[in-house]
Amino acid sequence: MTTIDNAYLRSFFRLAAERLEAQRQDLCSLDGEIGDGDHGTSMANGFAAINARFRELSAEVQEPAILLREAASAFLGEVGATVGPLYATAMFQGAALLEERPLEQIRLGELLAAFAEGIRMRGKADLGDKTMLDAWIPASQAARNAAACGGDAAAVARAATAAALEGADTTTSMIASRGRAARLKERSLGHLDPGAVSAALIIGTFAELAEERT
Amino acid sequence: MQRFLNNPDAIVDETVAGFVRAHSDLVRLDPENNRVVVSQFAPKEGRVGIVTGGGSGHEPAFIGYTGKNMVDAVAVGELFSSPTAKSFHDSIRAANGGAGVAVLYGNYAGDNMNVKMAAKMAKKDGIEVATVVANDDVCSAPADEREKRRGVAGEILMWKIGGARAALGGSLAEVIAAAQKAIDSCRSVGVGLGPCTLPAVGHPNFQIEPGKMEMGIGHHGEPGTRVEDLRTADEIADDMTKIVLDDHDLPEGTEVAVLISGLGATPVNELYVLYDRVAQQIEARGLKVYRALVGNYFTSLEMVGASLTIMALDDELKELLDMETACPGF
Repeated sequence: MTTIDNAYLRSFFRLAAERLEAQRQDLCSLDGEIGDGDHGTSMANGFAAINARFRELSAEVQEPAILLREAASAFLGEVGATVGPLYATAMFQGAALLEERPLEQIRLGELLAAFAEGIRMRGKADLGDKTMLDAWIPASQAARNAAACGGDAAAVARAATAAALEGADTTTSMIASRGRAARLKERSLGHLDPGAVSAALIIGTFAELAEERT
Repeated sequence: MQRFLNNPDAIVDETVAGFVRAHSDLVRLDPENNRVVVSQFAPKEGRVGIVTGGGSGHEPAFIGYTGKNMVDAVAVGELFSSPTAKSFHDSIRAANGGAGVAVLYGNYAGDNMNVKMAAKMAKKDGIEVATVVANDDVCSAPADEREKRRGVAGEILMWKIGGARAALGGSLAEVIAAAQKAIDSCRSVGVGLGPCTLPAVGHPNFQIEPGKMEMGIGHHGEPGTRVEDLRTADEIADDMTKIVLDDHDLPEGTEVAVLISGLGATPVNELYVLYDRVAQQIEARGLKVYRALVGNYFTSLEMVGASLTIMALDDELKELLDMETACPGF
């Protein structure tokens, strides 16, 4: 069984950064509808900062937990607003999980659940609040279900991606009660939550990664 | 609206660069973080450091209150967006004179999270950190949920009082107590007559129709409590004074500080029109104006409108308010 190791995480962050960079403008436009129009910039710059930090790290850093902590710290140095602390806490929470024991790739759902728990703890939001959690929570549940039903690592990642995309789509029919869009209350109805859209994009890179590796 | 603009994505860096160049007698840029503005008088050995921070677009807040006997270091965020936890952390480090650091900031989700993470990092460096969260905006939540209210222009008075207490050699606990007392003594309300636009977005994300006004609007265009027909300045002033004073049961004879700030695009003369009536209303309630501040103290890009803050004073707050201060904004 292959584990979520250093090489896996480095590939994940590299690919996620590419996907976010490609969607930078679209995410900004989406955020401009109900927010301050910088979500694409925050996410693309934040993930680029993570990869820059990885390049500075010596190749001897082999522990995935240490790598995730470095990622969190780099993201915190680059991104403010709520997104900075939310993703940094997600990564710290993921690091705490990986510190306990190595995690097989088929148990990706547990890592996604740790990320979601970090975001939930820091932001005190929950499912249905029109936030990134509307992608992260369903993705973590779907991944764990797929693993429980005997799916392989690729099937698990695909299930997470499908659930994340569906979750992000449902945010159009929600009224924001957390985050910047909450300032608009009912004015946010009918718009996708940019944080949920970028979350689905990030989760989707796990599936791409799994396809590449099979 | 036509703007003085080079590149919308560089506007914060260019603002900070110009600010630091213009006021180099009072402020400097942190050598390690160009999103941290530090007082030329900080840090002072053995004195409590004062830190704040917030999104840009509110100038002269937040950077304008950096200086002598005011704020020691300010974390600068993107337009209307909380600074990074790292910038708050670097501000705490820059303000640290070994006697602890008081972070006095406004109640917004991003600032709460970033300050909390920064305080944790600073504690690891061995710096004692305590916070006061400003919540003076009356219309942002009902009185029995004051902890949910946002912080607005009352923050300036909180910095003034906290900074003065620190300058007098107060301990961290004493500085925190004074700043908390200051913000607890403040109530504010905002009224919007026209929206504002983030340059990178290009369109306002809320509208105020011609002939309408929005009472209770927030500093970033957060919805107010009433959208109604535009009234005369006196009627608006009466409404604002009533909202603020009804929320704050002050005994007759109480002395108050009054702060009227423009939100960016309202001419300063109109602020004096408002003030004239506000002061009369305050006096009609048996209160006394001890100090008045009228001008652009805490703006919201080019929003048309104004905010009113009334702070109840006692001898301690009067002494701290009167203390000499040197900073670009006050």
